[in-house]
Amino acid sequence: MKKNFKIINNFLINLPTPSNISYWWNFGSILGVCLLIQLISGIFLSMHYTPSINNAFYSLIHITRDVNFGWMTRVIHANGASMFFFFMFIHTGRGIYYGSFLKKKVWISGTLIMLTLMATAFLGYVLPWGQMSFWGATVITNLLSAIPYLGNTLVSWIWGGFSVENPTLNRFFSFHFILPFILCLMIMFHLIFLHEKGSSNPLGLKNKIDKISFHPYFTIKDLYGFMLVFIMFLFINFKTPFLLNDPENFTPANPMVTPPHIQPEWYFLFAYAILRSIPNKLGGVLALFMSIIIILTLPFTMNLKFKSSSMYLVKKILFLIFCSTFMLLTWIGAKPVEPPFILIGQILTVIYFSYFLVNPFLYKITK
Amino acid sequence: MAASLGRLYGNRLLKLKPSSIPKQICLYSTAQPWTKGRKAMLTSLGVLTGGAGVLLYALENSVKAGDLELHPPKYPWDVTSGLFSTFDHASVRRGYEVYKNVCAACHSLQFVAYRELVGQTHTEEEAKAEAEEAMIEDGPDAEGKYFKRPGKLSDYIPKPYPNEEAARAANNGAYPPDLTYITMARHGGQDYIFSILTGYCDAPAGVTVQEGQHYNPYFPGGAIGMAQALYNEIIEYSDGTPATQSQLAKDVTNFLHWTGNPDHDTRMLYLLKSMIIMSVLVGWSFYWKRFKWSNLKTRKIFFKPPPPPPKV
Repeated sequence: MKKNFKIINNFLINLPTPSNISYWWNFGSILGVCLLIQLISGIFLSMHYTPSINNAFYSLIHITRDVNFGWMTRVIHANGASMFFFFMFIHTGRGIYYGSFLKKKVWISGTLIMLTLMATAFLGYVLPWGQMSFWGATVITNLLSAIPYLGNTLVSWIWGGFSVENPTLNRFFSFHFILPFILCLMIMFHLIFLHEKGSSNPLGLKNKIDKISFHPYFTIKDLYGFMLVFIMFLFINFKTPFLLNDPENFTPANPMVTPPHIQPEWYFLFAYAILRSIPNKLGGVLALFMSIIIILTLPFTMNLKFKSSSMYLVKKILFLIFCSTFMLLTWIGAKPVEPPFILIGQILTVIYFSYFLVNPFLYKITK
Repeated sequence: MAASLGRLYGNRLLKLKPSSIPKQICLYSTAQPWTKGRKAMLTSLGVLTGGAGVLLYALENSVKAGDLELHPPKYPWDVTSGLFSTFDHASVRRGYEVYKNVCAACHSLQFVAYRELVGQTHTEEEAKAEAEEAMIEDGPDAEGKYFKRPGKLSDYIPKPYPNEEAARAANNGAYPPDLTYITMARHGGQDYIFSILTGYCDAPAGVTVQEGQHYNPYFPGGAIGMAQALYNEIIEYSDGTPATQSQLAKDVTNFLHWTGNPDHDTRMLYLLKSMIIMSVLVGWSFYWKRFKWSNLKTRKIFFKPPPPPPKV
């Protein structure tokens, strides 16, 4: 018991924290809140959801129309996923800008968390069994068929049949339920690794110089962050709950009718645009995975005198270009595959990846 | 407004007043020590970014206009007109009348139960009477037979066709979709539904529409299986509102948006409550943060040089 209190004390109360970390360092704790919101709302949804292709869509309608506060739980869970990704992109961007990736164990565990979260979100999007759920699942699972020799076998194995079917939905529900708990474990490791040496800071200075205790300074600062997030989140949930939802998903899945534009949720659009920019199936799939995996190269290629990009004008500009490229790719992902979007997508894909290639050479320029 | 402001203040805005404050502000500028090259680089970067933005905007809009169907204009719906606006329930009630007398002949509303009308569009007695008008299939009874009985509040609005095949057979192969979530399930939402209902016209020269189909520029492809359903005075409203075509279309669109969002007005209530509570909490946590941090933010850091080494 005493030991448990010691852990809490070391994590949340007496934890030595750099005094100068800015509001960009709030997003870690906000992501923790996002996970909590998703876990709680998800467990309540699972009490009423039915994972069968004949009932899934109707069980969701039952949740929104008949279950007490079901409409609220559903929109909180759907928009909570978007919020989770929005803040995770900011959190990762913060890490790239301020050189937080130099803590290798934290960075690698963080990347794995991001991949797991993406998998969880994808599995979850299939569960309502609307048109976009079904066709999204069909498109994404088919990507694996690009793997030489094993591809088709692997896809059938994942489906549990010869198309996205009832077994697919069943297992997607099981994995969607279990993955968040694995995510919790990974987040614990992420925090343990972080607390080995403590947070980085905007100046990138050696962090032993000026530390303050986590409580009350950062507990209260994080609380302020939570309040700002809650007010925005509640506004979206109550005012425009279906702002980010595709209208196609209000139609039950129909394997005989393909929607005119199949596209994933907004948080996958950048990767989807990269996938579509490569005119070869296997190449596209590889580029898709590389778009995330490539951030793992950062700790090994960046070795600057100052950790933070704020010390270098050129790096600042490059980072801004990188962020703009990310946003533009998100825009391109939602566009039909036709000129001029194909060419713009390809140019943006090249710019996206070149950030990771150009940056290491900056050491020589900025020396 | 801008022109008169310019006429009045133009000269004064351009001239820098000879006070010390603007000069002091100039000293804060980070661009002063920049070299010419750096200034030129950043300026061109800014211009390029702006140009790219304009190009994107142009692309986004020009390509949208390049599609084959006509996009519906934006209409001022009750639920979107203000921050906390709710449904016009009188209009939703009229919309139910339109659905019942016109749309229900072909379109189902399978997720709406009569009980949902209570307190929204009808009183309990009225909703019960509505339900009793419908004959609902029930069973099996003690002898294993299915039978028809008058509807109850817990019953769902009956479908016009027993299954999709029957619906297609009766409608020239076209399937009239379920309307419960129709405003949510179509790009353009209420605007689209209203435009479809009021947008029928003769096909333009060069466009032929097959038999059994009708021309509607708002429908993707232009040829729609549904004939124009709403005409002036096609029904008589129980509240005496003149039943013009646009009135009928507006009311039924409102009703169909309500069937897809029966929780809308509750949501608005929660929006109001949560914004009031959260504004207080945001203010309180902001103050608390500033208060707790004030000692740290106002501290002074001294550099204390080490004492000089003793002279030997």
